[in-house]
Amino acid sequence: MKTKTGFGIGFFASVLFLLTLIPFGPTNPGLKVGDIAPDFQLKSTTGKMVTLKDYKNVKGYIVVFTCNTCPYAQAYEQRIIDLHNKMAPMGWPVVAIMPNDPSVQPGDGFDKMVERAKEKNYPFEYLLDDGQKVFPAYGAVRTPHVFLLDKDRKVRYIGGVDDNSEDETLITRRYVEEAIAAVEKGIEPNPNLTKTVGCMIKVKK
Amino acid sequence: MRKLMVLATLMLVFSMGKAQKIYESFDDFAPLLAQTQNDTTYVINFWATWCAPCVKELPYFEKLHQAMAAQKIKVILVSLDFRKDLESKLKPFLEQRQISASVAALVDSRQGQWIDKIDPSWSGAVPATLVYRGTQRQFKEGEFENFEDLQQFVLHFFDPKN
Repeated sequence: MKTKTGFGIGFFASVLFLLTLIPFGPTNPGLKVGDIAPDFQLKSTTGKMVTLKDYKNVKGYIVVFTCNTCPYAQAYEQRIIDLHNKMAPMGWPVVAIMPNDPSVQPGDGFDKMVERAKEKNYPFEYLLDDGQKVFPAYGAVRTPHVFLLDKDRKVRYIGGVDDNSEDETLITRRYVEEAIAAVEKGIEPNPNLTKTVGCMIKVKK
Repeated sequence: MRKLMVLATLMLVFSMGKAQKIYESFDDFAPLLAQTQNDTTYVINFWATWCAPCVKELPYFEKLHQAMAAQKIKVILVSLDFRKDLESKLKPFLEQRQISASVAALVDSRQGQWIDKIDPSWSGAVPATLVYRGTQRQFKEGEFENFEDLQQFVLHFFDPKN
């Protein structure tokens, strides 16, 4: 492909510009393991406003960014319910936050969240990130995306629930449960960061 | 009626000819990311039928595939649909859309082990696109705004200065 010099330089410059953007563009700053996570006040499907400091006698929080519509969130829905039922009595409740903009993803509107929570009997709070301020502060990018916080809201683990999204029978690592066990023993979770496929959080353009 | 039968048969052959390759294991898929010994530009898009922004940008990739057919370029649309959905969702989707670019399905569910191998900066959210030629690579998480956005992302691999 031949280009005239003028165009070539402009093109080259724009490529250079793009190259400088790319390493930083998609990287969401957000929280890292060891950071203190901000508290929030968000509306729950139960109708009340929820903040982390309202939780009494907890050892930490399993903050999960999830939603109604993402198939990966759906694949993990029962596992997140089970996780809460197992861990909440030990002081580690699930706090679920729906980060999508309902105007972009109508299936994630607050009414639909209420329906879903009722239908599936969510034993945990399911909160709407109204105004979409919380998910960027945490650095959540996909659903589902777990942030495990200790009682001081210090981030101890970020990532997936376990190592097999599609087939529960093939799970070899239950990352969140393992991370909680590590924190309780006073040691650093290993791994403290994992990746899974998920749906990008929906924001208005 | 007979004509219809011939047409139906042709269409069947046509759709079978484009049946997507299914990768059960990332290890089998990995060579697609490492064709560095030739001068073909590989445009590898990770998507799924359930991902609305992915589906929205598929036509841009299709257009790229057609617009740059004369160039040494290979567009591969890698579906991350669940294995259980390949027959029931992916196949009808592809038949309906008449996709002409190559389609593969990567169903290795141990994603934590391969996301970083596609690109260390990738969080795992789809859509995501990797373009490479030789050792030159560029990765983007998130969708392209429009065809021109994608074209610009790919075109500099064809800049004579590179």
